[in-house]
Amino acid sequence: MNWQKVLHSSIGKKLVMALTGLFLIVFLLVHCYVNANVLFSNGAENFNRAAHFMGTNILVRIMEVGLFAGLLLHILQGYRLELKNRAARKSKYAVKAGGATSTWYSRSMALLGTLILLFLIIHLKQFWVPSRFGGLSEITYGNQPYHDLYSQMKEVFSQPWVVVLYVLGCFSLSWHLLHGFQSAFQTLGWSHSAYKGLIRSVGVGFSVIVPLIFALMPVFLYFGWEIPSGGLTLLF
Amino acid sequence: MQHSTMNLTLKVWRQRNSKASGGFETYPVPGISTEMSFLEMFDVLNERLIAEGRDPIAFDHDCREGICGMCSMVINGRPHGPWKGTTVCQLHMREYKNGDTITVEPWRANAFPVVRDLMVDRSAFDRIIQAGGYISVNTGNAVDGNAIPIEKDHADSAFAAAACIGCGACVAACKNSSAMLFLSAKVSHLTLLPQGQPEKRQRVVEMIDQMDKEGFGSCTNTYACEAECPKEISVTNIARLNREFLSAALGSGD
Repeated sequence: MNWQKVLHSSIGKKLVMALTGLFLIVFLLVHCYVNANVLFSNGAENFNRAAHFMGTNILVRIMEVGLFAGLLLHILQGYRLELKNRAARKSKYAVKAGGATSTWYSRSMALLGTLILLFLIIHLKQFWVPSRFGGLSEITYGNQPYHDLYSQMKEVFSQPWVVVLYVLGCFSLSWHLLHGFQSAFQTLGWSHSAYKGLIRSVGVGFSVIVPLIFALMPVFLYFGWEIPSGGLTLLF
Repeated sequence: MQHSTMNLTLKVWRQRNSKASGGFETYPVPGISTEMSFLEMFDVLNERLIAEGRDPIAFDHDCREGICGMCSMVINGRPHGPWKGTTVCQLHMREYKNGDTITVEPWRANAFPVVRDLMVDRSAFDRIIQAGGYISVNTGNAVDGNAIPIEKDHADSAFAAAACIGCGACVAACKNSSAMLFLSAKVSHLTLLPQGQPEKRQRVVEMIDQMDKEGFGSCTNTYACEAECPKEISVTNIARLNREFLSAALGSGD
């Protein structure tokens, strides 16, 4: 069987969703760790240095192209599957089982994904666009100029509606992950009594903790809260 | 439990054939015993409809002991009704109270066209089985099945998967009308056993191909199928099916 035929089969299409989903999960982890620096009283420098590294390192820039490609694939394939799946039942049920047999978020992945996409468009316009195409002020650390992305965050999160929007975006992400994390492993066929429970627990932990840390960022910056410490150790 | 009778109202899907557009009709059903099965209630209603010279409601049924997989009704949104691990024929009227209104619909999926009223055509499942859900046996003296050593775990898992009666409740329950639980049970049951090994790669590829041709949706792991399956087939089988398919399709060989 050639790989194109595999990718056109129903399981192949799911495989694309699972692999791109797991790739995006790894990205979330890195993004969350780097940005969590802004929660600390002296984390601004760490954060700006990390953002500089992310914006200038050639390997990271290549990964960034991969990230956009993975994201696009996940979105397009997700919508294609949603449309195909909806079309598989033309005559709808008068009464629906609803929550009696499955969780609402497992049935609402396309809706949650759409909310995340809308959030992402606003999010990229606020941070990614000025980082890449100019519009950020500069700050000097040890005679070297850096983009002051931290000040941009301070400014963006001074508006209450943005803070609310980001927190809502994190809720959508959390529910999307709550289903998506374990679902990806199921699609890959990694389900065994020896580690099925572990995947489920790690999935729930990840889906709650990572969006929670993300949600704390706009809230902390809006209220001026900070954890008294120098920030997180960076590996680069 | 105290025996009693009750008066119910049924809202039943009526449809003349696969081409016709159907609709609900409401029937008062008085004097139903709590001891009756759900299908016996339909028998009572149909007897009355026939006596009145009206068209009885067509529904599928055969063994009436939960093993044939023929009865297929979505009752208040639940394939095979609200009880866990049972078919419609095993659902009893003690579940309901006097005055209840019950909505009864057929399995709804493009791949299962309605034949009439509550009867659907499930031959899509037959074609999936024909595509690979078998083992080839050479002619000659039959080999004693018990002479082949089988690991206990595998024997148990294969047996649990073989409990699938092909009723189609998994498709009916799935928001995507996916047949993956059915397929995974059939593939698991054969692939876990030594007799299923020679054709295991070809089997899974052909069966998935046929499933895709029949117009079922794809699985999004909501696990509604497992919750509704009258034989409580586990979604672990779906993970095994995914694994078998990917290794057969992308692994060594051709």
